[in-house]
Amino acid sequence: MEALVASAVGVMTAAGIFLILRRRTFPVILGLSLLTYAVNVFLFATGRLALDAPAVLNKYKDVPYTDPLPQALVLTAIVISFGMTAVIVMIALSAYLSSKDDHIDMSAHDSVDAPGEDA
Amino acid sequence: MSLFLIAALPFLGAVFPALLIRAGRNAAASAAGLTTFLALMGLLIHIPSVMRGDVVTAQFEWIPALGLNANFMLDGLGFLFALLILGIGLLIILYARFYLSREDPMGQFYTYLLLFQGAMVGIVLSDNILLLLIFWELTSLSSFLLIGYWKHLPDGRQGARMALAVTGSGGLAMIAGMLILGNIVGSYDLSVILQNKELIQSSPYYLPALILILLGCFTKSAQFPFHFWLPHAMAAPTPVSAYLHSATMVKAGLFLMARMWPVLAGTDAWFYIVATTGLITMLIGAVIALFKDDLKALLAFSTVSHLGLVTMLLGFGTKIAAVAAIFHIINHATFKAALFMTAGIVDHETGTRDIKRLGGLRHLMPITFTIGTIAALSMAGIPPLNGFLSKEMMLEETVHTTWLHSHYLVPGLALLAALFSAAYSFRFVSHVFLGSERHDYPAHPHDPPVGLWLAPAFLVVLVVLIGLYSKAIVGPLVAVVSSAVIGGEKLPYYSLKLWHGFTPALYMSVVATLGGLFLLSLHKHEEKLWNALPRPEAKAIFDAVIAVLTKISQVVTDTLHNGVLSRYAIIMIAFTVGLGYYAYTSGRIGPETREALPIQIIPLIGWICLVGATLAIMWFHRNRLLSLVLIGVVGLIVSMAFNYLSAPDLALTQISVEVVTMILLLLSLNFLPTDTPWDSSAARRWRDAAISVVAGIGSGALIYALLLRDFAFPTISDFHLANSYKGGGGTNVVNVILVDFRGFDTFGEIIVLGIAALIIFALTEAVLGTNVRSYLLNRKPHWPQSGDSHPLMMVVVTRMMMPIALMVGAYIFFRGHNQPGGGFIAGLVVAIAFLMQYMASGYTWAIERQRFYYHGSIGWGVLIAAATGLGAWFNDRPFLTSDFGYIHWPPLEEFEWATAILFDTGVFLAVLGAVMLALDSLSRFAWQPGMAQEFPMDINPLRDNPPQEEENKEQA
Repeated sequence: MEALVASAVGVMTAAGIFLILRRRTFPVILGLSLLTYAVNVFLFATGRLALDAPAVLNKYKDVPYTDPLPQALVLTAIVISFGMTAVIVMIALSAYLSSKDDHIDMSAHDSVDAPGEDA
Repeated sequence: MSLFLIAALPFLGAVFPALLIRAGRNAAASAAGLTTFLALMGLLIHIPSVMRGDVVTAQFEWIPALGLNANFMLDGLGFLFALLILGIGLLIILYARFYLSREDPMGQFYTYLLLFQGAMVGIVLSDNILLLLIFWELTSLSSFLLIGYWKHLPDGRQGARMALAVTGSGGLAMIAGMLILGNIVGSYDLSVILQNKELIQSSPYYLPALILILLGCFTKSAQFPFHFWLPHAMAAPTPVSAYLHSATMVKAGLFLMARMWPVLAGTDAWFYIVATTGLITMLIGAVIALFKDDLKALLAFSTVSHLGLVTMLLGFGTKIAAVAAIFHIINHATFKAALFMTAGIVDHETGTRDIKRLGGLRHLMPITFTIGTIAALSMAGIPPLNGFLSKEMMLEETVHTTWLHSHYLVPGLALLAALFSAAYSFRFVSHVFLGSERHDYPAHPHDPPVGLWLAPAFLVVLVVLIGLYSKAIVGPLVAVVSSAVIGGEKLPYYSLKLWHGFTPALYMSVVATLGGLFLLSLHKHEEKLWNALPRPEAKAIFDAVIAVLTKISQVVTDTLHNGVLSRYAIIMIAFTVGLGYYAYTSGRIGPETREALPIQIIPLIGWICLVGATLAIMWFHRNRLLSLVLIGVVGLIVSMAFNYLSAPDLALTQISVEVVTMILLLLSLNFLPTDTPWDSSAARRWRDAAISVVAGIGSGALIYALLLRDFAFPTISDFHLANSYKGGGGTNVVNVILVDFRGFDTFGEIIVLGIAALIIFALTEAVLGTNVRSYLLNRKPHWPQSGDSHPLMMVVVTRMMMPIALMVGAYIFFRGHNQPGGGFIAGLVVAIAFLMQYMASGYTWAIERQRFYYHGSIGWGVLIAAATGLGAWFNDRPFLTSDFGYIHWPPLEEFEWATAILFDTGVFLAVLGAVMLALDSLSRFAWQPGMAQEFPMDINPLRDNPPQEEENKEQA
């Protein structure tokens, strides 16, 4: 089981990074989403894997529990990453609609803000 | 009054002028004056104990781990400076009220002035050098605001920038020096540092610390070669110049040298650095001042010269020189502030500060003439005024000073400086007030209203009285301050009196005065010579240096930061991978301690789907819609994996976030191109692939290694498991962690989420306000639209599902504390319920039936969460401590209440509001005219059978 989780993390990381290195906004957003999955699973897995041991206390008998702390961290991470994705989607969309160009890189002829002389 | 309050009063008071300016300029000025007056009274209350030689202290441990304590102390030295700052501050506030014109924003002025005043008081009262540094930097910042107060004048802005650059960089050097000093002694408390002279002076770090601290002092006190910023700072309004550059800011450097005198002075390094710098500054300042035509520039350079004088005296390192330095600080503050104010009056009334255009004002402005003349004569060192006394003491000291075996160098140069000093003082009087009356003044000069001349007149009275009755008036003060400066040791013999007999100093004074008159009589010829001489223009050099620095930083920034985001990403990833590799090769890996779980068939199928989908995304990522579908597959399997691996909360969250993310991405794809073109070369793709594969292998291997080993250290999770029910009252440990143990984190997270949603909303507003809107209105969709955009079945089903979905949300919310669920998930589920209506019945239809604003939902969420957290304070518990209990109503089962549910309500509202606001904003991009329909469905039974007929039918 550990091998499956680890290899899945690896594959998702690799695919995520490959897409992040593309030059258009949409693949980069997809790459970030994939990387988010990878990172969330990674963080979750730092609590080690356990089957049938949710961290919900059983009042009546002594049962093993999995590590709840990484779960709590990942839970908020999932929600925050939605917020982050939404913001970059919106930025990408606004940029595309304003300039009709979805490249993420500034090309050489794009104007760099010129140093202004204050006088 | 507590020292805390004295230091805090100006900061607190700074609010009032800004607010009260609406009630008029007098109200603003009175508020500023009253604040200063209160602080001054608070200071004066301490006179008896200070005069006894006691040290008043007030202590508060601020960040003890850093050694940063908000400790204040008031001894003689601090008292003198605080007196100057607050006393002259009060006069300046009065003067500025009449000086500033109607167009100047006066509320702002007084606010800046009080901020500056607070920072200065903080410096002189600090008993902790870290605290002192904070106030030191605050003076740099607030003086920047004051110097650049006339924002419309380029001179003002440039002068302010130069002052900030010079004093700010000196401040940086001083931070380093102070830290070294603190490390030598092992304490940042001044009172401890001042006890450790031997330790400091024998340390190998003494010299670097000394140089760095002196850099801070010299830049602040405009010592050569950093003197150039002071004249440029004269672009400020005159009240600012009079305050900052006579009595306060430039004296901060002197204050610090005096403060550190007991431990830093007395070495050769101190003598040669400080005394020489002071001597050079004194001479250069005096010479330049004689040739300045701008009244304020003349005074600025004379200030530079006098600061040099005090620096030199402190640099001598003898006790008696320190006494003279203190005495001159008092005298200089009185006559120089008066002179600046006089210059301001002349400028105000005649419309010019150019000496070449002035002259003959003595009959036109008799009061100003009297005030200016007395102050100037004091500056020249004419008896019986106070300037004479301290100048005599200074000359006397130079006679006893040997510089590199030369007995004549120091007294000779000091005499020369005194001579020039007398000359420019006489010039101030004769070229402005004496001579024949002219007819070409830019305005009609006359004496100003009493408000303007009262403050300088008061100072001039002091000048005369201190000169005549020095022993009675300032004798005790000088004694107390001097003994504070020399570290509480026995004071040397000195006498503050006009007549000491025929001493070398007297002869030197006579020579200086006569020489000054002679020099002035030849001023025209000297000026020709001066103008013919080549001399470095400090501003040009400064500008050139700044230009070079700007160029360098621009080159560096442009090279590193050229706008190619994918390059940044590659650098960051490669660096991270490199770090990982370094850790792998340099570290050591322990043996495997855990058994791997067996691989079962269903997880294996899931794994195959996930890996297959991920690889397919890489392969087909050019087809954007397809890759979206595939990423949905990945997300679903991840949530199933969470469920399988004992994380039901995560599974619920992941699957609901998955739904909203997909809707979001689909909506955005509606406006973006449907395909990604090929635009990177094959080589680049292979390079990217190589980097990603290495990174993937690295992260996979890392987590694999981690999974097969137990925790290296005891985990804190056991605490959470053990206390979840006992302390938090819930059995779902994950939820209890979120709302209780780590509630502060969650509180932060919902705020972040809310801000993200507001950013999205703001971006939408901004973009839809541009010509993008017209493009969107005329946009043709990528694909032909479906004929039935709101199908009957879907509308009916989603309406039916709405209450059920809401109930599911409520159920998940309420069970959250004890079973998987909670505010986050409930918020997402309810958001999805709303989104279904948007999708099925259309945006316009849904928005018309929406009864609340999503912004409000975010705001209420955060407020409710905060209020729940604050509630703990009323029970003397820390922020966000939760409480719970059990209620038993007889026929029902016992049930639990917990304040955490209120907090979770906040989370719920914030998540709901944020998700809805984000998607709602995105939906607005799609709005086109004609979309609003009366009926939600394209095929609508109501349309074919209008309501009236229906009624008829019913009647029938």
